Amino acid sequence: MTVDQIIRWFQSLSGSGEQAWMFLAAVVITGLPLFLVLATNAIVAVYVERKVSAFMQDRIGPMGQGAGFHAGKWGLLQTVADALKLLLKEDVIPSAADRKLFVLAPYIIFLAPFLAIAAIPFNQVLQVSDLNIGVFYVLAMGSFGVIGLILAGWASDNKWSLYGAMRSAAQIVSYEIPAGLSIIAVVMLVGSLNLQQIIEFQTGTRWGFLPNWVVFHNPFSFLAFFIYFISSVAEVNRTPFDIPEAESELVAGFHTEYSGMRWALFFLSEYANMLIVTAVAVIVFLGGWTSPIPGLFATAGWGLFWFLFKIGILILVMMWFRWTFPRLRVDQLMHVCWKVFIPLAMLNIFGVGVWALGVG
Amino acid sequence: MTEVSFLFILLLTVGSALGVVLSRNLIYSAVFLLFTLLGIAGLYVFLWADFLAGVQIAIYIGGILVLILFGIMLTHKIVSVNISHSSLQRGVGGLLTLALIAFLSWIALRTPWRMVSSQEPLQTVGRIGQELMTNFLLPFEVASVLLLGALIGAALLSRRDT
Repeated sequence: MTVDQIIRWFQSLSGSGEQAWMFLAAVVITGLPLFLVLATNAIVAVYVERKVSAFMQDRIGPMGQGAGFHAGKWGLLQTVADALKLLLKEDVIPSAADRKLFVLAPYIIFLAPFLAIAAIPFNQVLQVSDLNIGVFYVLAMGSFGVIGLILAGWASDNKWSLYGAMRSAAQIVSYEIPAGLSIIAVVMLVGSLNLQQIIEFQTGTRWGFLPNWVVFHNPFSFLAFFIYFISSVAEVNRTPFDIPEAESELVAGFHTEYSGMRWALFFLSEYANMLIVTAVAVIVFLGGWTSPIPGLFATAGWGLFWFLFKIGILILVMMWFRWTFPRLRVDQLMHVCWKVFIPLAMLNIFGVGVWALGVG
Repeated sequence: MTEVSFLFILLLTVGSALGVVLSRNLIYSAVFLLFTLLGIAGLYVFLWADFLAGVQIAIYIGGILVLILFGIMLTHKIVSVNISHSSLQRGVGGLLTLALIAFLSWIALRTPWRMVSSQEPLQTVGRIGQELMTNFLLPFEVASVLLLGALIGAALLSRRDT
């Protein structure tokens, strides 16, 4: 279901040519579900994160027990209660803050994943826009959010916010390079930037039993997946790469001064960004909507299930990282990126090229 | 619909470009620049140059604008610095601007423009890649060497003397 298809459907209904209202209606029809996907993702992921962290620390996490108004069975309504609380909170803007930029920044940050998700194929047909340059578009939109982070940190007029924003921007800009380079290796293999074509390249089997995913294609693409995944953890500022929001030194980093719904927008976009980077990992390396058992469960409905299932697994792995690893130091972080990942990713490009020419 | 969205993008580009020049606060100029660059990416999309639009966003917004913002934020008390867009020599400046506008319009009217077909081209990226590797290989390599030189220079400058 792309915007064009909906416009064509409108045209066939009304029997007239393309008009402005058709375009607007088509954009709203496709945009609203995407927003709902991002919002639902945040609500579910916050709940799962609480439960995962609790289990890892031998606690039980949010629970509802006994009679009365509690957070539901197993604390399932905890996030809903949190969201309500955030909605009702006072919206504080510090008097020293730069008001206009302070208000603008959360929207720019949220815009980035919202723009990126428009090109993500959820299964064979469910995709708002099947772009020629799909994977490049998604990566480019990812770099958009950095501006919002910097503005948020600067506009707050708070030294911790500014430090957090600087660290965050430096980290995201650095880790975009190994992430991009490892995707270039795959693009070389597939010969297309189109996300659907990248997925179609991965249908079928490999050695008779493995799904023909890029991650299993050759040793170099296997390594590229790990470089991309670790870099993407750094790009979304999660532990062990969470020095931009390091609670023990920076209070909360770039969103220290935000409260209420504005703070919730930061949270929403953090989880939305997780969804985007894991979606890219799934599409590029893990076969997108293709089934892990080649030939079985291959309908469009199952495609949606497999896509969301793989994303869920990767997000769980990110949470597992968060509650397992300690935070890196700034210099370690930069060392890993510039002196380990970037040379490895370049080697990967070379290796994939040689493999594609030699082995095929 | 195409006209409406084209007009919107045009207004966004020109309006925020004016904002870049006229705002008195350096960081506001940078924020306006964000929307100008976005608008230019939009104009590329209208020319079926989708790859170029992506490059515009990834390089100019994700790279150069971030660097500009870094520079602004690391400068001590940037807000109190009077960068003074206050105009000097308005008469001469105005005349020069008018002359420039006249000159550019003259060129725009004289140039035999190549019209882009309204059909979506089958591939955009592939063509760019082929051209870069065949007809434009030398400029491509020269640019690469230039960038490599910049990279080595930056590493040399930031290196501790040991």
